Amino acid sequence: MTAQQDIKADTWTVAGRTFTSRLIVGTGKYKSLEENAAAVEASGVEIVTVAVRRVNISDPTQPRLSDFIDPAKVTYLPNTAGCFTAEEAIRTLRLAREAGGWNLVKLEVLGEAKTLYPDMRETLRATETLVKEGFEPMVYCVDDPIAAKQLEEAGAVAIMPLGAPIGSGLGLQNLVTIRLIVEGANVPVLVDAGVGTASDAAEAMELGCDGVLMNTAIAEAKDPVLMARAMKAAVEAGRLAYLAGRMQKRRYADPSSPLAGLI
Amino acid sequence: MQRLGPASSLNRLEGASLGSYWLAAMSLDGSLGIRVNGEHRRVPGGVSIAEMLNEIGIDPAKVAVERNLAIVARSTLGDIRVEDGDDFEIVHFVGGG
Repeated sequence: MTAQQDIKADTWTVAGRTFTSRLIVGTGKYKSLEENAAAVEASGVEIVTVAVRRVNISDPTQPRLSDFIDPAKVTYLPNTAGCFTAEEAIRTLRLAREAGGWNLVKLEVLGEAKTLYPDMRETLRATETLVKEGFEPMVYCVDDPIAAKQLEEAGAVAIMPLGAPIGSGLGLQNLVTIRLIVEGANVPVLVDAGVGTASDAAEAMELGCDGVLMNTAIAEAKDPVLMARAMKAAVEAGRLAYLAGRMQKRRYADPSSPLAGLI
Repeated sequence: MQRLGPASSLNRLEGASLGSYWLAAMSLDGSLGIRVNGEHRRVPGGVSIAEMLNEIGIDPAKVAVERNLAIVARSTLGDIRVEDGDDFEIVHFVGGG
């Protein structure tokens, strides 16, 4: 099998839906809907996250996201960003299900505004309720292998630990816990939040994550469309490196050229 | 009493109890007081939720509707009538992380 065929055959599946792209991007913080659509195109993603917000009733004719990013071509993953209690998140996703008709959703229950760190007690409670109501929640969480396992047991269809605080671009802060989560999970694991540049995305994939979710790293790049291309390449490169299996590290040098036959 | 509205309206109220008379009299101008996304609005009595949305300029096929904290199925928006005091949240998808 050629490397090209390998890439095509290398899909991942969440809640019975199979995807080829392992990158998921957000649709916030862009200068314009046109730029947003161009970045989504360049990133090659099959899933974008979206927020659920009030329609502006004083000007309902404002341009819509769906006029620029076609939900028939790219899966909309409704997110509960901005919710600080299980009740708010559940209410938001019930509305999202009615608006889009999808059960596949992203749950995110935040603990406080400064760090946007997840509130795991509320997150777990919301997960249990959502699963009972027939939702398939992909769940944003702390990089804690025990919390990840509890979410999986509660019915989360994907575990999405943070690499670093949302929007910080600090890169993966705890490679050990992300790896432990990957090794222990029976559902897809995606690093969600904290990616700042392409090498961060590649690093997450090299750890064996099934995918990476990001927004700010692309939206706040000087050239978002170019960064979207970089992230696409980085996720693919990291995935291939993971599949290839990296060499063992050595403490000292080991020459690449044969020592025999030296003149 | 005839100050409250046209004679034809009052004629229909003959025999009604005092309570229902006053309820009817309060909406003799034909409108209902509701809240939509936190803003007070008045809509004509008897309209469906779909008609109310169209009047605001919203395509009912592109939004989700919550009425008094309960989801209203999109397939029923044309059948359910707006009632005085209803509190609506009308949402859609926007860009987000």
